[in-house]
Amino acid sequence: MVSSPNEMPVAVEPGAFDAAAAAVEAALAAGARYADARLVDRRHEAMTALDGDVRSLSQTTAAGLGVRALVGSSWGFAALGDPSGDADARRTGERATAIARASAAVPGPSMELVAVPPQVGGWSSECLEDPFAVPLSEKGDLLTSVTATMKAAGVAVAEALSQAWDTRTAFVSSEGARIGQHLRETGAGMHCLTVGEGETQRRSYPAFRGQYGTRGWELVRSLDLPGHAERIAAEAQELLTAPLCPSGETTLLLGGEQMSLQIHESVGHAIELDRILGWEAAYAGTSWLDLTRLGSPRFGSELMNITIDPTIPGALGSFGFDDEWTPAHARDAVRHGVWVGVLAGRDSAAVAGLDYAGSVRADGYARLPMVRMTNVGLEPGPHTLEEMIAATDDGVLMEHNRSWSIDDRRLNFQFGCEIGWEIRNGRRGRLLRNPSYTGIGPRFWSSLDMLGGAAPGEWQAWGTPNCGKGQPGQVGHTGHGAAPARFAGVRVGVRG
Amino acid sequence: MSATEPLVDAVLEEVRRQAGASASAVVRAEHASSALTRFADSAIHQNVADERVSVHLSLTVEGGRTASASTTRASDAGSLVAAALAAARLRPQDPSWPGLGEPAPVASSGSWDEATAAASPDDRAAGVRAFVDAAGGLSCAGYVQTSALTAVLGTTAGQLVRGATTSATCDGIARLSGADGVARSMSAFLGDLSFAALGARAAAKARAGVDARPVEPGAYPVVLEPAAVTDLVAALVTGQLNGKAVVDGTSGIRLGSPQFDAAVTLVDDPLGGVGLPFDTEGTPTGRLELVRDGVPVALTTDRRTAAQLGRSSSGHASDGSDTWGPVATSPSLAGGSGGSVDDLVAGLERGLLVSDFWYTRVVDPKRSVWTGLTRNGVWLVEDGRLAAPVSTLRFTQSYLEALAPGAVTAGSDVDPQPQRLTWQAASRVAVPALRLAAWNITGNATG
Repeated sequence: MVSSPNEMPVAVEPGAFDAAAAAVEAALAAGARYADARLVDRRHEAMTALDGDVRSLSQTTAAGLGVRALVGSSWGFAALGDPSGDADARRTGERATAIARASAAVPGPSMELVAVPPQVGGWSSECLEDPFAVPLSEKGDLLTSVTATMKAAGVAVAEALSQAWDTRTAFVSSEGARIGQHLRETGAGMHCLTVGEGETQRRSYPAFRGQYGTRGWELVRSLDLPGHAERIAAEAQELLTAPLCPSGETTLLLGGEQMSLQIHESVGHAIELDRILGWEAAYAGTSWLDLTRLGSPRFGSELMNITIDPTIPGALGSFGFDDEWTPAHARDAVRHGVWVGVLAGRDSAAVAGLDYAGSVRADGYARLPMVRMTNVGLEPGPHTLEEMIAATDDGVLMEHNRSWSIDDRRLNFQFGCEIGWEIRNGRRGRLLRNPSYTGIGPRFWSSLDMLGGAAPGEWQAWGTPNCGKGQPGQVGHTGHGAAPARFAGVRVGVRG
Repeated sequence: MSATEPLVDAVLEEVRRQAGASASAVVRAEHASSALTRFADSAIHQNVADERVSVHLSLTVEGGRTASASTTRASDAGSLVAAALAAARLRPQDPSWPGLGEPAPVASSGSWDEATAAASPDDRAAGVRAFVDAAGGLSCAGYVQTSALTAVLGTTAGQLVRGATTSATCDGIARLSGADGVARSMSAFLGDLSFAALGARAAAKARAGVDARPVEPGAYPVVLEPAAVTDLVAALVTGQLNGKAVVDGTSGIRLGSPQFDAAVTLVDDPLGGVGLPFDTEGTPTGRLELVRDGVPVALTTDRRTAAQLGRSSSGHASDGSDTWGPVATSPSLAGGSGGSVDDLVAGLERGLLVSDFWYTRVVDPKRSVWTGLTRNGVWLVEDGRLAAPVSTLRFTQSYLEALAPGAVTAGSDVDPQPQRLTWQAASRVAVPALRLAAWNITGNATG
């Protein structure tokens, strides 16, 4: 169950705060002007099945301490796996400060963290059925049965996957914060491959890498994987002989799952403040958005309303506090097509002259908290998918991502989808294979002329469990509310 | 280096105690220490260090019920084995479980450099300072990383192997008026890296890239600099020469056929690069020739895919190989007779010089069709000379076709690069620049 606001989760042991507090004290004693520490205990379980057999089952425990220290305006971060006591914690705090001193040898501009009132309390995500309490045999039966069904239908490869995470964090800061958080995340999915002359086709359900949320095993039960196995196997077979998606400019309809990735790649990453400031210039990239124009540039059409909202119950990017312990709150990123907000942390917001943070997360104890998407989603629109199809004389409907690529300023994208349908005279027609489309972010979003979500179930918070960013690499869990949408004049059928 | 060996012994003993003498287990204990100093706007903005001991167990009971578990709570062997055993007993039997390998010696202890293992935050900051200073006032971004890994692996079949490796990487860009230039290098030895030379090279590329303009989409002959060539090699080793991709039918490789230009010779050489002398199943690793003079001659395998393909494991199991397949960790593409990048450019009547690729994703696995973008500099080449800088381009290209017979001239200098585009963070790719007959440009970043 969800805890009451500020209620300390029972899963976070009180003793965990002692090590975090010792690390913070040691970092300050070594000369830091600010320090915080997270003692994190994270379990992960992943099971895969292939062609009717369980192929792998892994269980990982990653427990340790991560400490940030600020000397002047220079950061240091040190992590230690499984500290054995206060001495280890203190040594890690001192190391963080020593690293911050080394950073000061090549310093940046002076900076004060955006103020966040220190809190004492905690938060737990909703979990009706603990995924780690569900028998492995039951999970195995589910995954093997759906892959056996797909295999029996004649596909070349049938795979299914379930994953669960249980993360318990004790956070202490030198400003007086003392916060516990217990997150449980669960997800599952399946896909199959068919192999024809010179090419392969793929179909997935419910999304190309599964559906995930800050929920328990009840999420997996709600997916009804067995009810969709035969269908996607048949579609994968049919795609082998389907006509190619035509090349040219046309009206494009996208399903909700593909829309979630479109939002993730061309909006979510573009509004990350660290990218906008150039902090990710050498790797993840920058952004076409210019901070001096925040509040004025047009990102898309009037139908485009994007929110940053980590408070959505059960969505994968939800939390009570981010990883520098700013309380979760919702914020507009794009309102009526105009860019109005960013994903920010306490340091990046300070450098940018903004007064809000709340979008900083870390991939476990050993990684530095950095600006990440939480739930970045599109608010539902006034239409239904069926209305969009009926209103389209000539177009293509695409669904389920197969490949994605976007440039380092988040402008030029090209997406491939698993499946397409011809839309002619207001009706869904033939299946199309190898559908793809390409565009330039703001131009594409400005062509959004119909947006779904009016029909029950069309709008969903899709979970992305593998968002890569940072050096060393971090894997983020993000959520994206999305519904089917229609875009005018899009280039489709890009060939290699 | 032997501090982790008692952990392996303890877990193996616990396996015998809890699961009995018939159980099969692979146990690996690692001590990993990694530090990375990141800079942007010519200042260090992120600076991290991580130290951990971890234990990894793969346990099989009843001849095919397998589960794996890993933990940073290295001293608690009992809990680790109990968790894996409970999971394994609940699993259905896997009829294709390949069993454990027989004991076999490793060829070396790995590539270890004490100075790299002991590098301090001040050492890394000095590297950043040298890179930035050599860029002559241009804004710089990138990172300097040092890491050290020691590992011991033991199995219930009697294999017991030890190894250690270090790595040092510098990867940075210099920026000027919207143009970025890049320079990267990776070695087992921190002393091999010349930070100032890398900074100067990045700055020179940035200066040459100012005022870039788009070009029309179409097929262009190209010269790919080493940073871009790493992407082709990564695609080959992950999607084509990977035994699982062949088993699954998603690879388009034709073993024994002259599928590539004769200039293409590709080996995996973990002991000559950055890596351990054994894989996660305990199979010794070594130099493996994958493509010889344009002819694919071998695949990377782990024990499972080797059994499926009727051969022995090549030593490429990893923690992710059940999912992603066994992948080469230190691929090296042979240099050729093409000379320097300038020499390769001189051989182009009209085409493009490309520094780097970005965000490449596979569109058609079997034909190895990838789409992606250029990054960190493109230039139009006319009459063998750089005519003008070009803005970011999108391509959609079959890598197999790009390397086809008659299409490739390999440069002479082989450059060790960090591999950025796969999940294997510690792997190194050694490649020359390449001149290719055709590369399919399908758009640019402005429309």
